Amino acid sequence: MSEQAHATTATYLRIAAILVMITLIEVGVFYVPTFQALLVPILLVLSAVKFTLVVMFYMHLKFDNRFFAFLFGGPLLLGVAVVVSLLFIFYGAVRLRTGT
Amino acid sequence: MKTWLTTTDHKRIGLLYFWTAFGFFLIGGLEALIIRAQLARPDGGLGVSAETFNQLFTMHGTTMVFLALMPLSAAFFNFMIPLQIGARDVAFPRLNAFSYWVFLLGGLFLNASFIAGPLFGADRLSVAPDAGWFGYENLTSRQFSPGPNVDFWLLGLQILGIASLAAGFNFIVTILNMRAPGMRMLRLPPFTWMTLITQFLVITAFPVITVALVLLMFDRFFGTHFFVPQGGGDPILWQHLFWMFGHPEVYILILPAMGIVSEVLPTFSKKPLFGYTVVVYSGVVIAFLGWSVWSHHMFSSGLGPIADSVFAGTTMLIAIPTGVKIFNWIGTLWGGQIRFTTSLLFAVGFIAMFIIGGLSGVSHASAPSDLQQTDTYYVVAHIHYVLFGGTILGLFAGMYYWWPKMTGRLLSESLGKVHFWLTMIGMNLAFFPMHFSGLLGMPRRIYTYSSELGVTGFNQASTIGAFLIGLATLVFVWNLLRTRWQPISAPHNPWGGATLEWAIPSPPPVYNFTVIPTVESRMPLWQTERHAPMRPLPERPPAPIHVPGGSWWPLITATGLPVMAIGALSHVIPVVLAGAAVVIVGIYRWAYEPFEM
Amino acid sequence: MTHGSAHAHEAGAGAHRTSMGLDSRKMAFWAFIGSECLLFGSLISTYLVYKGRSLTGPFPHEILNIPFTSFSTFDLLMSSLAMVLALAAVQRGDMKQGKLWLLVTALLGLVFLAGQFWEFSHFVREGLGLTTNLFGSTFYVLTGTHGAHVTVGVIWLLTLWVQALRGKLGPANAMTVEITGLYWHFVDVVWIVIFTVVYLIQ
Ligand code: HEM
Ligand SMILES: [Cu+2]
Repeated sequence: MSEQAHATTATYLRIAAILVMITLIEVGVFYVPTFQALLVPILLVLSAVKFTLVVMFYMHLKFDNRFFAFLFGGPLLLGVAVVVSLLFIFYGAVRLRTGT
Repeated sequence: MKTWLTTTDHKRIGLLYFWTAFGFFLIGGLEALIIRAQLARPDGGLGVSAETFNQLFTMHGTTMVFLALMPLSAAFFNFMIPLQIGARDVAFPRLNAFSYWVFLLGGLFLNASFIAGPLFGADRLSVAPDAGWFGYENLTSRQFSPGPNVDFWLLGLQILGIASLAAGFNFIVTILNMRAPGMRMLRLPPFTWMTLITQFLVITAFPVITVALVLLMFDRFFGTHFFVPQGGGDPILWQHLFWMFGHPEVYILILPAMGIVSEVLPTFSKKPLFGYTVVVYSGVVIAFLGWSVWSHHMFSSGLGPIADSVFAGTTMLIAIPTGVKIFNWIGTLWGGQIRFTTSLLFAVGFIAMFIIGGLSGVSHASAPSDLQQTDTYYVVAHIHYVLFGGTILGLFAGMYYWWPKMTGRLLSESLGKVHFWLTMIGMNLAFFPMHFSGLLGMPRRIYTYSSELGVTGFNQASTIGAFLIGLATLVFVWNLLRTRWQPISAPHNPWGGATLEWAIPSPPPVYNFTVIPTVESRMPLWQTERHAPMRPLPERPPAPIHVPGGSWWPLITATGLPVMAIGALSHVIPVVLAGAAVVIVGIYRWAYEPFEM
Repeated sequence: MTHGSAHAHEAGAGAHRTSMGLDSRKMAFWAFIGSECLLFGSLISTYLVYKGRSLTGPFPHEILNIPFTSFSTFDLLMSSLAMVLALAAVQRGDMKQGKLWLLVTALLGLVFLAGQFWEFSHFVREGLGLTTNLFGSTFYVLTGTHGAHVTVGVIWLLTLWVQALRGKLGPANAMTVEITGLYWHFVDVVWIVIFTVVYLIQ
């Protein structure tokens, strides 16, 4: 409905190609022993990139009204913050109880 | 009758919310009076058993939070928001009807637990929820609570959550997208603003309790161990999930009342709200911080010094925007031409009582002092100063203020003053002594206490106070009912209010506004420095106005939910499926029904 | 029901003037998606909090099948591609393509569900039931909730496809398709997170 410049089919295909490539890299990284130490940060970054690409291009947030980005991004950030703080608190308390 | 069952008119839905929630308020109040009568003497004044007592306080808390206070606020959202923003209805009228029916059925489902005992081979008054309004694990595990009590609770809350979420999306869109021309965001009446903030809290906090209840349901119905230590689970996780929802929830309960007070004070002091923008922004800050304090309910669970300090800090921070609002309200009254109507009295009572509640809140924001207070009557005092002294007094202020708009009839001011003073005396007599009984060591949620504890006098005072509140409420009920026999005679704007709802007849016609007004100032009906009052709207609509017809599908879809819950409760899968089928058919018919705004 | 207009949309506001100039249904839907973030956030928290706290096996690394799940991930990504193509076609008024891509999206969704069904039953045979250990409980509830969302999405897509076959879906309903797409892509991004957090980071 929006009048803004829409992505074209070519863009959609390019994004799909990038998504597939990143997925392949993710799986590759998973199997390569040298990456084991850095596995978690690498995977988190890669999946964040995929997440962002889908949201920006397939859900059109890049072209759509900024307010939608707020409606989605606000709760998303809240959710992430809550997950992270819960993990810290929970593990902190468990350590305290078990003395490890 | 049929027109009420199928109605999608926000005003009718508002009235339905009001009467239903008020009915639940009376039920919850009755439970409280039984509790207080039992505690009037050491060793039990009424002979209520421990089991019954557990059900009474659990249902009292659950009813007041989810079936009385939230939906009483919702009654005002429904009735007032479209009027305040200059709209003909909410954005999704049928979804609005759906919210109401789901709320009603969820409430009936919960309360059916009082009489459902025989269906489970038990006595009456034995299968109602009994694990407290926050349902702590492992009281709620199948092992320690084998009966259907907790099942009623978790299924009932799950149903009610759907109603709140649906209303949350609806009102966010309504407020943002249905405003009259010129009604910019910073011209919205403060009640509308606080409603908007509240709905953002609803749509973010309710999913968390939904998940917590789903996990509990899996533990109880399918034998998982999310919260069961024998299987590696941790009951503390329940506390986290509950309070991640629960603290935003307390702001869901108080913000609408703050909004009401911010409407009432300017009208009756004939002065604009002092620091309108600050009131708005401090509401936003409160909501935001409200998400960062949940563990202050869990100091005694052993979070460790770092988490304790962080949560103590954020909790104390919240007192700042709260205090800011209080100064704004006092600033509004300051130097105004105050008219001491009942509505204003309740609003001022709100400020005073809420300050006391806030102070006790700050006193248990500090972890070491909280360890002395938690799980004692001191916390009961706190929550009643904020929820009764805050939310309920605010709601009463709103009832006296908006009753003429909702019904076209004015409440009696002299009965109102009796109601106010009895309430004030009653609530302070009931709840102030609880600070002392709590600090002297009386735990909350016990059905008897020994005279050696030295709290008998305080408890007697509390009981007398509670019955005074009961008496006050009877006066109010009489005040409400007697208006039904009066002629509809309220003028458009009986109090000289500044906002759009006062520009139209009382009660408003179905279409609300004969023409949609164009708004030029934050107080459209008042003379301000730069703006003359809005010109009166035409008596009759210049062009015919199209009003949507009713729909059966919201009601029908809603009935599927308690059917599913009954199936789950009795472990009869076909009933669950039948309920689900009703929901699915209802949604399809709803989606493809011709319905136009 | 006072008149027989053929248009069935809840928010008449969508078609008329709105104060933000945005479609009401779309706005409500974005708010709903925001709300869903907290729902999945809570489920993922639960999964992570209990990670490595199972008392008995099977443990994640013994049982999770990465190649298979990578294929499911690929499948879901492709369904998202099909979904945007469907929307673009409907917006252009090319209902032939629109129908095709709607069906493809739904079928790819079905493939994902079939894969999940196979995965679950395989795990059960390997000895990981819902109540076996915390890993089983958190895994099934998290991925099961996601699967339930996919199921709803497939039904929704098929409904639109049938409407299109009956000639009742056209460019005038592009907003309906767009909202369906928002839902579908959201379900996809949730899977992107689950794939990483549950499957790859063991
Ligand atoms: C200055 C503001 C406030 C502060 C600092 C504050 C602080 C606290 C703290 C620390 C607790 C936990 C006490 C314990 O269990 O040991 C608590 C409990 C509670 N507060 Fe507040 N509070 C504030 C305002 C409010 C408001 C506005 C409401 C609701 C309208 C509210 C409702 C509750 C409820 C319902 C509980 C108890 C839940 C229960 O244990 O049953 N509080 N508050
Ligand atoms: Cu709190």
